[in-house]
Amino acid sequence: MTDQLLEMNDVLIEADIDGHWKPIVNHLSMTLKRGEIIGLIGESGAGKSTFGLCALGYTKPGCRIASGSIKLDGVELVGQPESALRKIRGNKVAYVAQSAAASFNPAHTLLEQFSEAPVQHGKMKTSEAAVRGRELYRQLDLPEPDTIGERYPHQVSGGQLQRAMTAMALGSNPDIIIFDEPTTALDVTTQIEVLSAIKEAVKARNVAGIYITHDLAVVAQMADRIMVLRYGDLIEEGNAREMLANPREDYTRRLLAVRNLREHKIHGDGINVLLEVKEVTARYPGTKIDVLQDISVKVEKGKTVAVVGESGSGKSTLARVITGLLPPSAGQVIFKGESLPASLKEKSKENLRSIQMIYQMADVAMNPRQRIREIIGRPLEFYLGKTGDENEARVHELLKQIEIPDHYIDRFPAQLSGGEKQRICIARALAAEPELIICDEVTSALDQLVAEGILDLLQNLQNELNISYLFITHDLATVKAIADDIVVMYQGGIVEQGPKQQILDPPYEDYTELLLSSVPEMDPDWMDGLVERRRRGEAPTAETLRQR
Amino acid sequence: MKVLAFVRSLNWSARIGLGIIVFFGFCAAFAPWLAPYGESEIVGDVWEPIGGEFLFGTDIIGRDLLSRLIFGARNTIVLALLTTACSFTLGALMGFLAATMGGWVDQVLSRIVDIIISVPTLICALIVVSAVGTSFFVLATVIGIIYAMPVYRIARAVAMDVEVMDYVEAARLRGEGLWWIMKREILPNTMTPLAAEFGLRYCFVFLLISGLSFLGLGLQPPLADWGAMVRSNSEGIAWGYLHPLIPAACIALLTIGINLLVDSLVHKASGLRDDH
Repeated sequence: MTDQLLEMNDVLIEADIDGHWKPIVNHLSMTLKRGEIIGLIGESGAGKSTFGLCALGYTKPGCRIASGSIKLDGVELVGQPESALRKIRGNKVAYVAQSAAASFNPAHTLLEQFSEAPVQHGKMKTSEAAVRGRELYRQLDLPEPDTIGERYPHQVSGGQLQRAMTAMALGSNPDIIIFDEPTTALDVTTQIEVLSAIKEAVKARNVAGIYITHDLAVVAQMADRIMVLRYGDLIEEGNAREMLANPREDYTRRLLAVRNLREHKIHGDGINVLLEVKEVTARYPGTKIDVLQDISVKVEKGKTVAVVGESGSGKSTLARVITGLLPPSAGQVIFKGESLPASLKEKSKENLRSIQMIYQMADVAMNPRQRIREIIGRPLEFYLGKTGDENEARVHELLKQIEIPDHYIDRFPAQLSGGEKQRICIARALAAEPELIICDEVTSALDQLVAEGILDLLQNLQNELNISYLFITHDLATVKAIADDIVVMYQGGIVEQGPKQQILDPPYEDYTELLLSSVPEMDPDWMDGLVERRRRGEAPTAETLRQR
Repeated sequence: MKVLAFVRSLNWSARIGLGIIVFFGFCAAFAPWLAPYGESEIVGDVWEPIGGEFLFGTDIIGRDLLSRLIFGARNTIVLALLTTACSFTLGALMGFLAATMGGWVDQVLSRIVDIIISVPTLICALIVVSAVGTSFFVLATVIGIIYAMPVYRIARAVAMDVEVMDYVEAARLRGEGLWWIMKREILPNTMTPLAAEFGLRYCFVFLLISGLSFLGLGLQPPLADWGAMVRSNSEGIAWGYLHPLIPAACIALLTIGINLLVDSLVHKASGLRDDH
């Protein structure tokens, strides 16, 4: 059994919840060989990060390893003093966090931060560390590897930062690297660059990895073995290929099924244009760059238009122009045949009522100090003049419509789960009885199964109430599931627009193809194949598009 | 019941702080019944010893020190409370206005505050008070305005953090007015830091009033207040009497009490917790 690098046996981790120790990782075991990558997958609260991090002998504050053993290279970690563990961390086991931007110190250059761990652990001198840093930057496909280390974290992009962080983890030649959702915060097109760079570097060095993610398609590309976790329990474990081809458990099957599209949609009644954005150009005050250039979009009554693009494409700015938060510098927004006033202050209550918005982060879209009653009741009172019992009755009706139990009416937002919060936001928008709802990335902060539920709800509401949606998203799976028309945006302009079938079926526009091809598929060979095709120039890459 | 639950939620140091505050508050409220002698009544010889016939002895003109301390709690604590309330209403309102409206409103208000804040507090108070008089009401207003400036800064800063939240944007998009946004969206979410700040400001106000009294510009004799009692009895130190230290100790004790309570409130406000 000497080839087992890491052996975790019957690990029980408990968290302090209101003064009681409750298990959050329930007697899990894991073994890891040199050069092997294991994927930990599950929804939020599954215990996957907690379990993954305990390979460092680390638990988050308020948690403890209650029992079990964690052996790294034959050495027991449980019960070791903090000082001994510190020697292991960053040295034998390294960690790559989800948000590289939050994990780098903004006041030091990349290379300074790279050198810190190996120099401090006494493994190399500063000059040696610099050489090694450049070497790793090159291997991870970072641009200008010889000088990029002199930049500060804010001077490189998110995807580059994530790779610099991986370089940092590789810096002191660790035996194991723990990746905690390293690409979740990235665009799809960037994600694939980072994934393939990480995979190559890790394989080349025969480093073992623990890859934590909620995205089964991503883990399919990276892992040799997969463990599916839920509520701290192991659901299923096995060889990645076998599991993807033949999931044994129902829960795994549901995770796999999420990405599949649904096609049971009642279509709107045709040519009835509700909202028209006409040749709009906009820039933020005090800047000189047009973040929207000559944009024209039409939304028909009872239909869903999806606006797709990466971060920085201007899709959220489009929403701000329609709502009036950002008056356009040219062009106009026409709603039901009438031109809308450009700025928020000039809009009538009726204008405001008929266009509602749902936000990405339900957490911050609701006042934490207001109860559900007030959050949903306020638009009823404000727009429709409903007070007292009438108001209360309508709130109950809306709660029923969004499938939230009646007694939640007295709760605060903090007492709800992520999906429930988003449902309340939907109810708040519905309360105004709008004709158009702008959905700004409404599912991207949610777990897949929960997001599925939200999309279903939105779909049902549309069929029932004939509302139009302007759906802003970067997630093409969402688009496939719910859009009638698609608008593809890139760097403030529209690349192409039209009915879903036309956009999503070949022949593709280059950028659309790049977006589509970058969405991870469940096939474990998908990424390697795509990277190969891109290398041969058969598929477009972000690089070639940028150069145009 | 709510009071009991509140006390139970505090840690020990906060409970001690609360106890001190409640004790002084009690003295202030029931001064005429608690004090053995009148506020300005001369009851014996000067500098009667501590712990003799009079618990805390007598002062420089033979008044009972304990009685004056109890009456002094009234003037000092009530005046400080009134002043702090005044400064918070003004400061928070201005701060919220600046944060919500932004633009030139923010600029104008902030520069005015910068100017006032750049003059040392005590000097500013001295100038104004010596010009307009030292009545109870004038003192409260003047110190209230001076201390509204730091409150403005904090209120503006915390309100700006809240102002960028999506729920405030949602309220704007709904078409809500300025007052509603300030009252219903911003105020409830800035309450905890502001409440903590209230406790701290209260101490500062208290010390400033004591300081002004010490310089002879606070409440005028024969009204008792703790700062003035330290001043008028300070000569005693030269003769080896410890009497002036007693009101000074009261000032220190109340300040410590308030700080103990406030510290725990700040701690509670900064930690992660569920609000229900």
